[in-house]
Amino acid sequence: MKKIKKIKIKINGKIKTVIENSKLSEMLKQLKIPLNKVAIELNKEIIDKKKINKLKLRKNDKIEIVHFIGGG
Amino acid sequence: MKKDNLIIAKKKFNSRLIVGTGKYKSMSECAKAIKLSGAEIVTVAVRRVNISDKKKPLLMDYIDPKKITYLPNTAGCFNSKEALRTLRLAREIGGWKLVKLEVLGDKKNLFPDMIETLKSTEVLAKEGFKVMVYCNDDPLMAKRLENSGADAIMPLAAPIGSGLGIQNKINIQIIRKQTKLPLIIDAGLGQASDAAIAMELGCDGVLVNTAIAKAKKPFEMALAFKNAVIAGRQSYESGRIDKILMGNPSSPSKGII
Repeated sequence: MKKIKKIKIKINGKIKTVIENSKLSEMLKQLKIPLNKVAIELNKEIIDKKKINKLKLRKNDKIEIVHFIGGG
Repeated sequence: MKKDNLIIAKKKFNSRLIVGTGKYKSMSECAKAIKLSGAEIVTVAVRRVNISDKKKPLLMDYIDPKKITYLPNTAGCFNSKEALRTLRLAREIGGWKLVKLEVLGDKKNLFPDMIETLKSTEVLAKEGFKVMVYCNDDPLMAKRLENSGADAIMPLAAPIGSGLGIQNKINIQIIRKQTKLPLIIDAGLGQASDAAIAMELGCDGVLVNTAIAKAKKPFEMALAFKNAVIAGRQSYESGRIDKILMGNPSSPSKGII
């Protein structure tokens, strides 16, 4: 059996421990992120939300999830 | 009367008032003020999602982007790199191409850094963005922005959030004369009459946030701004009388008993 390895990633500036190679889409689902209302950056590159299912989490990944808030 | 639309990047709007969505006490207060203002375009900021508080209300739940045009801004960006990153992300949220570029140069007076602003405008226009540019009230810089592909010129009336009203009417009039692009006064208005003055100078619209959101009665102020923009525009279109130094009686001088 393949050994499960835990890794640390950074999401919106906060460190989170996840399973290596787990799906980014699964993590976003767990965090209840409404995909149609956000944009996501993975290591400073904007992700095409249509291709999100293909992305797996790796050690030291930096994820930014942004949305619209009130502003002038 | 002919239909008097505001046209930005080939899109027609009935209202010439654009409002910001910041500084309100709550999202419901913000939504109600927008409704009363009649605005069809609202500025919004791009920020991190709060991943630890999933129940936090979302702006989109209160202001429907299908009914109101969202104008993502780059507030808080102090260089071109940050501004470009922000607007590329904004576009990714849901295909927004109409954006407000605002690159600040100083944390205290919040004046725009026009060198960084100009650089960003060029890049964004090339990437297919429709860029409404917050800028200084400098006619030369306004011209350069226009030549760089800006879709609207948005000079400040006074520093952001200052409520001082239009400080340099002459510059605004010079910019009005030289450009056919939409000219929108952005930042620094304090009361409804400031908006009327902007419109009377020939501006195509005004962008207001603090003056409404921080008024003692935001709903009433939203309505006041709506009316002032309409009145100012009508006044501009009607052609004001010439100014003269001495009096000129309104009643006939003949037949006085």
